[in-house]
Amino acid sequence: MFYRETGQYKTTYAADRAIFPIRQDRVAFAVLLLVAFVAIPLLANEYWLRSVLTPVLVFSLAAIGLNILTGYTGQLSLGTAAFMAVGAFAAYNLEVRVPEVPFLVSFVVAGLAAAGVGILFGLPSLRIKGFYLAVATLAAQFFIEWLFTHVGWFTNYSTSGVITAPPMTLLGFSFESAESRYLLTLCIVVVMAVMAKNMVRSELGRAWMAVRDMDIAAEAIGINLMKTKLTAFAVSSFYCGVAGALWAYVYLGTVEPQAFDVLRSFEILFMVIIGGLGSILGSFLGAAFIVLLPIFIANASGVFGDALSAETIAHLEFVIFGGLIIVFLVVEPRGLARLWQIVKEKLRLWPFPY
Amino acid sequence: MDELYFFLEVLIGGLLSGTMYSLVALGFVLIYKASGIFNFAQGTMVLFAALTFVGVLELGAPALLAAVITLAVMVVLAFAVERLVFRHMVNQPQVILFMATIGLAYFLEGLGQTVWGTEVHVLDLGIPDRGLWLGPILVSQFDLVAAAVVAGLVGALGVFFRTTTMGRALRGVADDHQAALSIGIPLHHVWVAVWSVAGFVALVAGLVWGSKLGVQFSISLVALKAIPVMIIGGFTSIPGAIVGGLIVGASEKLAEVYLGPFVGGGLENWFPYMLAMLVLMVRPEGLFGEKIIERV
Amino acid sequence: MKREIGGGPPVAELENIHLSFGGLQALQDVSVAVKPRERLAIIGPNGAGKSSLFNIISGIYTPSSGTIRHKGEARPARMRPYEVARLGIARTFQNIALFSGMTALDNIMTGRNSLMRRGVLGEALQLPWARRQEIEHRRRAEEIIDFLEIPSVRQTPVGALPYGMQKRVELGRALAAEPELLLLDEPMAGMNLEEKEDMCRFVLDVNEIHGTTLILVEHDMGVVMDISDRVAVFDYGRKIADAAPDDVRRDQAVIDAYLGTAHEH
Repeated sequence: MFYRETGQYKTTYAADRAIFPIRQDRVAFAVLLLVAFVAIPLLANEYWLRSVLTPVLVFSLAAIGLNILTGYTGQLSLGTAAFMAVGAFAAYNLEVRVPEVPFLVSFVVAGLAAAGVGILFGLPSLRIKGFYLAVATLAAQFFIEWLFTHVGWFTNYSTSGVITAPPMTLLGFSFESAESRYLLTLCIVVVMAVMAKNMVRSELGRAWMAVRDMDIAAEAIGINLMKTKLTAFAVSSFYCGVAGALWAYVYLGTVEPQAFDVLRSFEILFMVIIGGLGSILGSFLGAAFIVLLPIFIANASGVFGDALSAETIAHLEFVIFGGLIIVFLVVEPRGLARLWQIVKEKLRLWPFPY
Repeated sequence: MDELYFFLEVLIGGLLSGTMYSLVALGFVLIYKASGIFNFAQGTMVLFAALTFVGVLELGAPALLAAVITLAVMVVLAFAVERLVFRHMVNQPQVILFMATIGLAYFLEGLGQTVWGTEVHVLDLGIPDRGLWLGPILVSQFDLVAAAVVAGLVGALGVFFRTTTMGRALRGVADDHQAALSIGIPLHHVWVAVWSVAGFVALVAGLVWGSKLGVQFSISLVALKAIPVMIIGGFTSIPGAIVGGLIVGASEKLAEVYLGPFVGGGLENWFPYMLAMLVLMVRPEGLFGEKIIERV
Repeated sequence: MKREIGGGPPVAELENIHLSFGGLQALQDVSVAVKPRERLAIIGPNGAGKSSLFNIISGIYTPSSGTIRHKGEARPARMRPYEVARLGIARTFQNIALFSGMTALDNIMTGRNSLMRRGVLGEALQLPWARRQEIEHRRRAEEIIDFLEIPSVRQTPVGALPYGMQKRVELGRALAAEPELLLLDEPMAGMNLEEKEDMCRFVLDVNEIHGTTLILVEHDMGVVMDISDRVAVFDYGRKIADAAPDDVRRDQAVIDAYLGTAHEH
């Protein structure tokens, strides 16, 4: 009833390729931004800002990164967390060694460093496909984790192997409060998400998807496979690197290399699968889902008294995550984002059932 | 001279422990050959089988009965996986199938530990765990027995594939899915069968490994080493899985002993993967794999 | 409209090409050339080496020996398919090879990718040049969509389209690259009469209006004899005839290959 596009004629190609061609979607998105930028910082408490919403945003960014590589380009990576680690440690080392550098610059350097490492480990993917690449990224995962644990230079010879992010100040303003950190993350993530959306709906995104869907045909139509794959690796790793820097600076403040282990990589892969392979919106939905589900489970089990131990809950989480992955891949590989799309399509016809 | 003996000792120790990787890789290869699925959950199946076996054992069942029950559980699992998961994913790309097996790995890991708990279970199968002097070289007796078990299992599988009807059907499917279908080999049954065989292999691996390390979560992580083993040996080759396992076992021990002291140790975690990367660069199909020819 | 065939060196010329896989000889001493604006058909029984020939021209296979010339100049021995495509050679595939997760429009737009500029940051920020380039190329893609009479399926994911439509979209994707030489691998296979007529019309229009040189592999003899200027016949990896359609029809070697006792088609 309310969700009709009748009467909204697109008279230019520019209007047709807008991110939200339908007016109702534009309004909804504006409201969402308003809520995220104004209402939430005013209303949400410290716990929600610091421990739920900020990590959801950081994970969303990492998930966008992985989605570019896996969802759009079809190259499976199991080393996302390692590329985050590269970002976190690059930003830290730059700040420690050159304290004059503004932290925003070091975030960019974090992305660039991760992109470089991503290209390095992506090189084998030029000769191999599919799960062979998964092995190359697993190699990155184990090697980088080991490197940051065993080579003291990276942690500035910290005895505990832990790095503590220096304080973030910009033009005299110090990002200390939960609100300021949340808003900082939100700004970075929104800008980078829009950039990602722009890439995937342009020439670059079509090249990525062409490689994913039918690489031989893509090459026969003039797409340089090597360059396209490496670009996907670089852009994907850049996003992961920035996410890693945010993880260390904005969310935790103090991190050890083990925070970026292979299980973290799987976690981000699950966000992408559940949210939707090949969807920027899905990356947000998946991140929110995976962060919120354990909170939900913990609260739900509280209803049954303390019958379930924390350990059992952790195992049940594994069962639920694993089960959900299978269900989504079997039923709807395009994830929550696709379900949302289906809802919208139904809404257009509502109240008619066909 | 002592240095040579020491080298040989490390080498033999590595080779023997490599047979364990071979065992897990064997499960991978079987499933890959029959269904084209890279089963990431193979390592978790090892853990799951070991947990189930120990769990049943601790309920008071004799070892043989526990083994039979565990095997039955693995067959049911194979059936469920085929019926509930892969039957519905027939035309999906391999990468999606692979991701589904990651989901399966999480599911089994959670399920196994929810049912049987997380504490480390001791598993004593009466395999002697003492050093044995072969001349001047010290070898673990346990590893020798384990290697013998692996050899026996590979032999038995060889006989199974060559002489039984089901074994021949499996080989037929591995060679050519379409042709196998057209002469009336029921693909669904073959899938169940091969996942069951892989389950059996996982059980054997779980028993041997469990009695060495204790039955615990880390088993499924150690089994991740089977992935570089397959890359090195080739995805489609059983001899490749064996040789790949030996190479990984020997090289990671040698690297740890001879390079480890210079870089602070812990090389074992990533060395096999880097080795696999090198092999990928030079020979993407692995040492024993079939050359990948893409038809256009 | 009278087409003028020839004038200038052949668009593609293969000379003494050999191709083998392991011990199997796929092509033996094959020489074939196609003149500008010509319509060349390649026929032969299955396994005669027709698709191998296409794969050699488009750089997917590298011949064991022999020379390939593009407009009179020898190509390097190894060329990646995308480099070949950028010479102005586009193709379709025997089994449709569309980008199944993308819409018909995006498939056709992808055909124009090689004509577009790549700039990661510019595209991410939608700088004016990136926006302008998308819209300009969209206009050209829409022209092809109109030409192929598929505007209604523009935004449909190609996986959901019927077979005949998919074939059209694939032709559209190849045309979008504005090729000088178009390789069509069984463009009419599996189509009903009406679809074949449409496809013939599109192919002839492309050739006559844009002067695009055509090589097509096709099994439908009626189509081949009607639309081609010249027919090359392959059998067991060799070229056994190369002449005008009427002459090929009367050629004894061709009759033997198709109807002979040695093997059946």
